[in-house]
Amino acid sequence: MIDTLRLTAEEAAGLLERGEVSPAELHRAYLDAAAERNEELNVYLCTVDDGADGASGVPVAFKDIISTEGIETTAGSRILAGYRPVFDATVATRCKDAGLPLLGKTNMDEFAMGSSTENSAYGPTRNPWDPTRVPGGSSGGSTAAVAAGLAPWALGSDTGGSIKQPAALCGVVGLRPTYGTVSRYGIVAFASSLDQVGPIAKTVRDCARLHQVIAGRDPCDSTTVELPEPVELPEAEDLKGLRIGVPKELNEAEGIEAGVAEQVARALDLARDLGAEIGECSLPRSVEFGLPCYYLIAPSEASSNLARYDGVRYGLRSTPDGDVRAMYDRTRHDGFGDEPKRRIMLGTYALSAGYYEAFYGQAQKVRTVIRDEHAAAFEQFDVLASPTSPTVAFELGARTANPLAMYAADLLTIPSNLAGLPGLSIPCGLSEGLPVGLQLIGRQFSENLLFRAGHALERALAFDFVPERLR
Amino acid sequence: MTWEPVIGLEIHVHLKTRTKMFCRCPVAYFEPPNTQTCPVCLALPGSLPVPNRKAVEWTVLLGLALGCEIAAHAVFHRKNYFYPDNAKGYQISQYDEPLCVNGSVPVPGPDGDIEVGIVRAHLEEDAAKTVHVGGAEGRIHGAESSLVDFNRAGTPLVEIVTAPDLRSSEDAKRFLQLLRQTVVELGISDAEMEKGSLRFDVNVSVREAGERGFRTRTELKNMNSFNFAAKGIEREIRRQIEIYESGGEVEQETLHFDPGNESAPPLRSKEEAQDYRYFPEPDLVPLEPERELVERLKGELPESPITRLERLLKDRGLEIRDAEALNANPLAVKLFEAIHAGGIPAAETASFLLNNVMPQFEDLSPIVPNANEIVKVLREREHLTRGAFDEAVAASATSGYAALQFTERVAIADVSELDPVIDRILSENEQQVEAYRGGKEGLLGFFVGQVMKETGGKANPQVVNERLREKLEA
Repeated sequence: MIDTLRLTAEEAAGLLERGEVSPAELHRAYLDAAAERNEELNVYLCTVDDGADGASGVPVAFKDIISTEGIETTAGSRILAGYRPVFDATVATRCKDAGLPLLGKTNMDEFAMGSSTENSAYGPTRNPWDPTRVPGGSSGGSTAAVAAGLAPWALGSDTGGSIKQPAALCGVVGLRPTYGTVSRYGIVAFASSLDQVGPIAKTVRDCARLHQVIAGRDPCDSTTVELPEPVELPEAEDLKGLRIGVPKELNEAEGIEAGVAEQVARALDLARDLGAEIGECSLPRSVEFGLPCYYLIAPSEASSNLARYDGVRYGLRSTPDGDVRAMYDRTRHDGFGDEPKRRIMLGTYALSAGYYEAFYGQAQKVRTVIRDEHAAAFEQFDVLASPTSPTVAFELGARTANPLAMYAADLLTIPSNLAGLPGLSIPCGLSEGLPVGLQLIGRQFSENLLFRAGHALERALAFDFVPERLR
Repeated sequence: MTWEPVIGLEIHVHLKTRTKMFCRCPVAYFEPPNTQTCPVCLALPGSLPVPNRKAVEWTVLLGLALGCEIAAHAVFHRKNYFYPDNAKGYQISQYDEPLCVNGSVPVPGPDGDIEVGIVRAHLEEDAAKTVHVGGAEGRIHGAESSLVDFNRAGTPLVEIVTAPDLRSSEDAKRFLQLLRQTVVELGISDAEMEKGSLRFDVNVSVREAGERGFRTRTELKNMNSFNFAAKGIEREIRRQIEIYESGGEVEQETLHFDPGNESAPPLRSKEEAQDYRYFPEPDLVPLEPERELVERLKGELPESPITRLERLLKDRGLEIRDAEALNANPLAVKLFEAIHAGGIPAAETASFLLNNVMPQFEDLSPIVPNANEIVKVLREREHLTRGAFDEAVAASATSGYAALQFTERVAIADVSELDPVIDRILSENEQQVEAYRGGKEGLLGFFVGQVMKETGGKANPQVVNERLREKLEA
C-alpha cells in the first residue's frame, strides 16, 4: 500500500529504482487517491488514466496553464473550454523526456488571475488542511494536490506570487525560479514579463529535483538563458556563513497576522542556531510601490495577451446576430470571468494614449527602482527572509467581493517578482492550525543557495506536511 | 497661384527569408490556404516568437543601403488592434526604437537631385490574408462571411517611411523604382507588387509655393503599380488644388484605390484615431546588432542603384532616359563602364547597349568578359558591313569571342568599286531618279537598298549615301 500522503517524490523514485512498484502502479495510486478526495477538494480539472504508458519516473501534475498535446488545457477559463493543444509546452516535453508521467491538470484562477483559486470557471479548489478555506492561488490546484497526496509533486506558475503564496497556504514547498530560467513556451500567457513556471513539492529536495528537470534555456523562448551552474540537490544541514537579511517592510507590513509573524520569527531563530547571521535591512519603496506597480504592469500585458481569445481559431465562439465585431464582443463577454475582464479594462486603460507615461511607463521606472533596491540589499546579504503570505488560508468567499483585499494577499511576494528574483516558500509552522510559509528570496540564479538554506531549515523545523485532519 | 505638392511614402517590403519572422514556417505565396502555419503564427495559447536572425541582418543591410544609422539598441513593440487577420490581437512591430533611422537617398531627376529623407526603416510581421464574401467592395463590414488564410501571417516585412520630401508624382515614381531595385539587387526581396511583396501608401498634400509648414494630407492606399500610383497622385494633387482654389479645406481621410479597376473613384474612409496602445514586446529581448556585424554588412554592400544612377548622369553625362534604362540592369551598367573605358563615347556606348545588345540578350553575364573585343568591333563599326556588325553583336555572348573574325569583313568603301554599281542602278531606275529630283527625297533609302543588294551587303552604307546624294543632286 502506497501512502501517497507521506511519500515524497524522492522516496517514490527509490521505490521505482528498487523495483518495489512499477511506474504504472505508482501513477494508479495517486489517481486512486484523487478518485477518493478530488470531489471534496476540486483539485483536478482532468486526470490522465493512461499517463504512465511508457513512462519510467515519478508522476507529476500540471497546472492547467501548461499546454499538453491532445489534453484539454483551459487555464481555468470558460473561453478555452474544450481546447486541446496540438503541441506540448517545453516544460511538458522536458517532463516527458525525463520519464515523468502526467497525472492530470490542476485547477487554477482563471488565466492565473487570483490568489485563492476561487476565480476558476470550474469551481473553487479547497484547502486540504481545512476545506472551508482557500488553498491560495493561482496555483491552488497544484499546491492542494501535493498537500492532499494527490500528486507527489506538481508544476505551477507564478506571476505575482501564484506558486509561493498557495504553497504557503497549503503547507508545501514552492519555488518561483529566476525569471528567464524556465521556458514559458506553451504556458498560456498572463503577464509575459513576470510569468514563470516552477516546481511544487513536499520537500525542498523534491523541489530541486523537479527544477532540475524543467530549468534551462529553450530556443523557443527568447527570454530564457543558460543556467550559470547546474541545479544541485541540497545536502548541507547547517547554515554556517549564510547572511540572512530581514527586510523591515516585508516583515512589519500592515496586515501580517501575529501568528504568522511568530512562526517566521521562530524559523529565523532556528536559522541563527544553524549558524546563519541574521540582520535587518530595508526595501522601503519596493513594498510601498510594489503592489500598485504590479497592478499596472501585469494587467497591461494581460490586456494584450488575452486579445487572441476572439472565437476565431479555438475555444469558445458565441455567434450573435451581427458582424465579426459582435462575435468578438459576445465571445469575450461569455468566455471571460469578472477578474480577467477587470484586468483587461485596467490594462487597456493604462496603455492608452495619454495615459501610458503616467501609468505603464511610470510603473516600468518603479520596477527599476525595486530592482536596484533589492540589488543593494544583496550587497550585504545572501538571502532575504519574510513571511510568504501575510495571513494563513482564509475562508472561501471572504475576499471575493473585495478585489483589493484579494490583491493584498500577494503584497509580500510581488516585490521580488518584479525584480525578477527567485523565491522559495517553505512551511515553517502552524498558526490557528493552518500552515505558515517562510519566503526566502535570493539573487538572480541563486536557486542552489535557496535550496541549501531551505533544506537545512526544513530539517530543523521538522514540519509535518500531511494536513492534520488527514493524518 | 502656384501650388507645390508635398509627397511622402510608406513602403512595405516582404523579405524573402526562407522562414517567417517569428517562427519556422516557410515564407510561401501560392500554397493552399492555412497549410504554412504553426502554433506561433496561429497565435495558439502559450506560443512565443523567436526573431529571424536573417531578417534582422537584411533590415540592417537595407538600412545601410538607404544611408541610415543602425540603432545600437532597437526594440520590438506590440501594436494592439482587433481584426481577424491579426491572430494575436497585436502585431509585433517597432515603434519609437526602430532598427534603422535618419537615412537619406539622393534621387536624381531631370532638374537635379532631390534628397529624400528616410525617417525610419523597421522590421515587423505581416498579417494574415482575409477574403470577405458578399457585402460591398470586399470589405469586412456587411460581408456575409470572411475567410482567413494564415499562410502570410508572420512574413517578415520592412516598413520604410520617407520624409515628405518628394515634390511630384514623377519624383515619387522614380524613388519607388530606385528603392525597388535596391532591395532586389540586395537579394533580400522579390518586391513584386502582383505578389504583394511590395506595397506602399502615399501621403499627399499641397501648399502654396514658398509656404512653410504642411497642410492637411490624405493617404492613398491600395496602389497596384508605380504608374497607377503616379496617376493617383496627380489626380489627388489636382483635387486638393481645386478644393483650395474654390475656398474649401482638404479633409484628412484615407483613399482606397480599387486595384482591379483603375478608373474607379477611390473609396473614402475617415481617418479613425486608432489607439494602438504600443508597449515593448515582453516576449522578446531588445535587438542589439553587434558593431562587427554592421561593419561586415557595410563591407558586403554592393554598389546601390542610387549611386550608380548618379554616376551615369553626372560623371558619364548620359540622358536621364538612357541612364535609367541602363541602370535597371546592374550588368548593363558594368558592361557600359567596361566598353566606355575602352574609349567608346558614353552616349554611343549607351545607345549600342540599349538598341543593339539588350533587346537581344536577357542575360548579359556572358557578354561582360568580352567587353574589350566589343570595343574593337565598335571602333571599326563604320567600316563594317551591316551583316558583319549584326553578326558581331549576335555572337558577343559566346566564350572566346574575338573581334577579328568580324572586323576583317570590312565594307567596300572604295569609290572606284562602288561608282559603277551606283551608276548602273541609277540608269535602271530612271523613274525613281526623276521622282527624287522632283522632291521625293525619301527615295534615297530605296537606292541605298538596291546598292546594298547588289553588293551583297558589303558596301559601306555611309559612302554609298554620300555618292548617291552627290550623283542624284548633280
